[in-house]
Amino acid sequence: MPEFPQLGALWVYLAASPLLGLTLTLCAYLAAQWIHVRCRSSPLANPVAIAIAIVVAVLMLSGMSYQRYFEGAQFVHFLLGPATVALAIPLARQMPTLRRTFLPLTAALCAGSAGAIISSALLVLLLGGSATLAATAAPKSATTPIAMAVAERLGGVAALTAIMVIGTGIFGAVCARFLFERMGVHSHQVRGFALGVASHGIGTARAFQVSPEMGAFAGLGMGLNGVLTALLAPWLVPLVLRLFA
Amino acid sequence: MLHTLAILLLFQCLGEGVAFVFRLPVPGPVIGMLLLFATLLLKPRLHALVEPGATELLRHLSLLFVPAGAGVVAVGASIGGQWPALLGALAGGTLVTLALTAAVLRALARGKAPDA
Repeated sequence: MPEFPQLGALWVYLAASPLLGLTLTLCAYLAAQWIHVRCRSSPLANPVAIAIAIVVAVLMLSGMSYQRYFEGAQFVHFLLGPATVALAIPLARQMPTLRRTFLPLTAALCAGSAGAIISSALLVLLLGGSATLAATAAPKSATTPIAMAVAERLGGVAALTAIMVIGTGIFGAVCARFLFERMGVHSHQVRGFALGVASHGIGTARAFQVSPEMGAFAGLGMGLNGVLTALLAPWLVPLVLRLFA
Repeated sequence: MLHTLAILLLFQCLGEGVAFVFRLPVPGPVIGMLLLFATLLLKPRLHALVEPGATELLRHLSLLFVPAGAGVVAVGASIGGQWPALLGALAGGTLVTLALTAAVLRALARGKAPDA
């Protein structure tokens, strides 16, 4: 910026501290929420996707590196750990429901969780992706903090897993209705649980828009699948990889 | 809010500790979540202490994904020609999961749940 030498110097000064990355993250998120509401909360105008697009656009236009941005944004990123622990609280509140339909829910959860891990890893390999990419995609139905931690343990790219998880959430939330109608699944409990297992928090948010009952079952599916993916993926992914080696 | 954060961090530390000591492949925060879940079932009084702060944190769960998601700028180039594999797995895997979960639950819950 030759016309504004002081402005350029100010930018360099601010960009050197973690302040800018943190501010950018919060402002982009608030702007994304505003856009989401303006789009009448359509599942297509997903706030996470919009906020990421804003941050990416600012980084690209300003030439700020991702590492520099993350120095500030890591304070937000760090909260994913405590947030994962906090998922125990809504889960504990669903305990009576869990007890009542324990067997069908457990069986559906196991099928869905294993199905998600195996189908994702297998599809990546069948479509010519690497083993790293298979480990990256495998835990994508779990909620982001869990999926990222699992991918990291398996040797995947955690940042890419986050993008896969968010994509899975949006895709599931948009497509579920058409799939369920084709299958003839009408129960809100069944629809909600499947949405939570497949599309975690974004699917759960979508389910709550339809009915509270569907939302509660989605929350249950999300919480349970997060745990089960963390338990199953470390065993299932190497199994799939060995099949292709 | 401070009480909640302290309790959540405490359980996360416990979880990380358990994962490290027993060399579990499960992430520490997940073990922390299971420990807190068990504690809440044993001591329901704890609910009142952690619930308000945790609800606030979970309400803005989407915000926490933004820093990691913006990492697409850093990894984008290294993925190169493998985008079709990722997108195929994303769409296919999600549909398989939705269909499988719904089909099994519908088959088993028939007659048990009021409207299944």
